[in-house]
Amino acid sequence: MKSLTGRAKVLDNPKMTFKERIYLPAIIGGITITLRHLFKRKATIRYPEEKRTFSPVWRGMHVLKRDDNGAERCTACGLCAVACPAEAITMTAAERKPGEEKLYREEKYAATYEINMLRCIFCGLCEEACPKEAIFLTDRLVSTDYARDGFIYGKDKLVEPVDKRVDVSKRQTPNVLEFKKIKHYRHNR
Amino acid sequence: MTSFFIYKAILVVVVFGIMLMAAMYSTYLERKVAAFIQDRVGPNRAGPFGILQPLADGIKMFMKEEIIPEVANKTLFIVGPCIAMLTAIMAGVVIPWGGELVINGVPYVLQIIDFDFGLLYVFGVVSLGVYGIMIGGWASNNKFSLFGAIRASAQMISYEIAMGLSIIALIMMTGTLSLREIVEFQAGGTGSTWNFWNVVYQPLGFLLFLVCAFAECNRTPFDLPESETELVGGYHTEYSSMKLGFYLFAEYINMFISSAVISTLYFGGTNFPFMNDLGLSQNAITILGTLAFFIKIGFFVFFYMWIRWTLPRFRYDQLMYLGWRVLIPLAIANVAITGLVMILTDRI
Repeated sequence: MKSLTGRAKVLDNPKMTFKERIYLPAIIGGITITLRHLFKRKATIRYPEEKRTFSPVWRGMHVLKRDDNGAERCTACGLCAVACPAEAITMTAAERKPGEEKLYREEKYAATYEINMLRCIFCGLCEEACPKEAIFLTDRLVSTDYARDGFIYGKDKLVEPVDKRVDVSKRQTPNVLEFKKIKHYRHNR
Repeated sequence: MTSFFIYKAILVVVVFGIMLMAAMYSTYLERKVAAFIQDRVGPNRAGPFGILQPLADGIKMFMKEEIIPEVANKTLFIVGPCIAMLTAIMAGVVIPWGGELVINGVPYVLQIIDFDFGLLYVFGVVSLGVYGIMIGGWASNNKFSLFGAIRASAQMISYEIAMGLSIIALIMMTGTLSLREIVEFQAGGTGSTWNFWNVVYQPLGFLLFLVCAFAECNRTPFDLPESETELVGGYHTEYSSMKLGFYLFAEYINMFISSAVISTLYFGGTNFPFMNDLGLSQNAITILGTLAFFIKIGFFVFFYMWIRWTLPRFRYDQLMYLGWRVLIPLAIANVAITGLVMILTDRI
């Protein structure tokens, strides 16, 4: 009888040969395999000393960039929060006071800016949405913590220090730069 | 007379220490071999290459909370691991660890006691080991422990028969039960004193003995007494702290002892090839012989682990089938063939 799917196999269950029944050749085959593994290169990466190399497009912990003069780029427009599918980003905006031009690039800035790292799915949509090139995902890891509160990263952890800039040139691929030039999209205007 | 006692006392302490050290480092070796076979690196944090790992494990064992279950039989619960440890260590008494060491003209034999019935003694003591497991499993008052203990006793009793029969052929050949004489029977060298190791004359006997030794030590593929996947931990499910440590230690000491017995019976013990032809002094031969013996033991301990991380466990009926319907007939056939060959070659 032909089977419906045509994938049925006739079960072939022959009697074991003498070689199979005495079992020893199979054991010798097995121990030669394990012996070969004994001398194989080990797959382990000894973590604190050795670190796995990340892919160039790795999306890790976020950074809020400063411009060349050291002023924060973020204007608290909220597009990243809107774009975020996990609703991990919250911020409050504030107006720049006279004398703070060194600190903030434009008249409006983010007084607080928080990302909940437990909610974040590291999709990178915030980065795509940002019209000011202020937020980027980097190849840094979000470290572990014992309490949930510790995973809500404020500006103290997200904004890059003036003297210790975070390199995001890998994230600014030619495609990204090209995309950001298209004035057809409103957020690029 | 006092010097005799001092020499025996030193020997006892040294052998005891060596066995404990061997058991300790077997746990380390086991983890390393397992890791290497699985393409990992194993313990490597405590000291260089992780060689202090057994110490860390030992301290952990001592510091753990000691739990004796409410419904357990408290006396037997404590006696169980003690018996397991005691019987494991007792077997080391008759193993010939080396030849004669001559110091200031006085010969010192590197063996604690040379019984005429040494081999029987080893068998007796090793089969007592089943009481440790049985009592421990029974006293725990836990069905998994009891299952493990029953399996262990059934397995050990079944395989002891085949083990004993496989030895009979060897005893027929050597005509002695003393382990030292069996070693001397295999003394290496050329010319008139040339003797092959027993494994050359008794390949089938060796194979049977090896399989039975695996079963006696409850090692994979015969580790049904403690099969973690189905019986939680088998006979030591309820044990904690150093009492559990005693059981694990006893298992590794048993492994060490059975490796020593296999080396003694089939692989020449303290003999090494061309030992009498290199023009070495008596003491040098003895020391090199002891070294060779420990290398052989080390190889078999490694072999135990190698097999453990290669083969899966037998099903219980397969275990019994193998023991009763394969190994025992083969062992009897081996005895018959050995006898026949001895008659034909006039070696009686």
